[in-house]
Amino acid sequence: MILARVVGTVVATQKRPQFEGAKLLLVQPETPQGEAKGATLLAIDSVGAGVSERVIVVLEGRAAGEALGKKLSPVDAAIVGIVDHVDCVE
Amino acid sequence: MQLARVIGDVVATRKDPNFDGTTLLLVQPIGGDGKDVGRPLVAVDSVGAGVGETVFFVRGKEASFPFHPTEVPTDAGIVGIVDHFHVPATD
Repeated sequence: MILARVVGTVVATQKRPQFEGAKLLLVQPETPQGEAKGATLLAIDSVGAGVSERVIVVLEGRAAGEALGKKLSPVDAAIVGIVDHVDCVE
Repeated sequence: MQLARVIGDVVATRKDPNFDGTTLLLVQPIGGDGKDVGRPLVAVDSVGAGVGETVFFVRGKEASFPFHPTEVPTDAGIVGIVDHFHVPATD
């Protein structure tokens, strides 16, 4: 899983049926120190996250599909937690 | 998943038979700012996307799920067409 910041929302009408009812958010991966790193990703939200919140994103298909709760979901990223704070000693 | 622009069609007559009936499209990943990120790649389409549209695609084995039980040998698949996306300005 990675740390990321929610930076935006996405609306898509025409999509695979497994996405019906799912919330799609744009997330920017971050270092533990909060610096943006890498390309923006699209993740389904299973915890009620919102723009500007820091979140935990799972980047693996099976786990992301379980977050969506539907079989054979074509997803590879899901927000599975909202970060309260991170203590990093390095 | 990632946002992308569909920038082309890919035609291949000789291919793995599990691709039969699928459409292969060339997509250019983009970031939340709409700018290109990384290199274009070939993705199977399962939502009827076309050149010029903004889409989102999934990477990995999950890209073949829309074709279940056919095991399409792909690692990228377009799974939605984007109406619009919004990235609020940060302070």
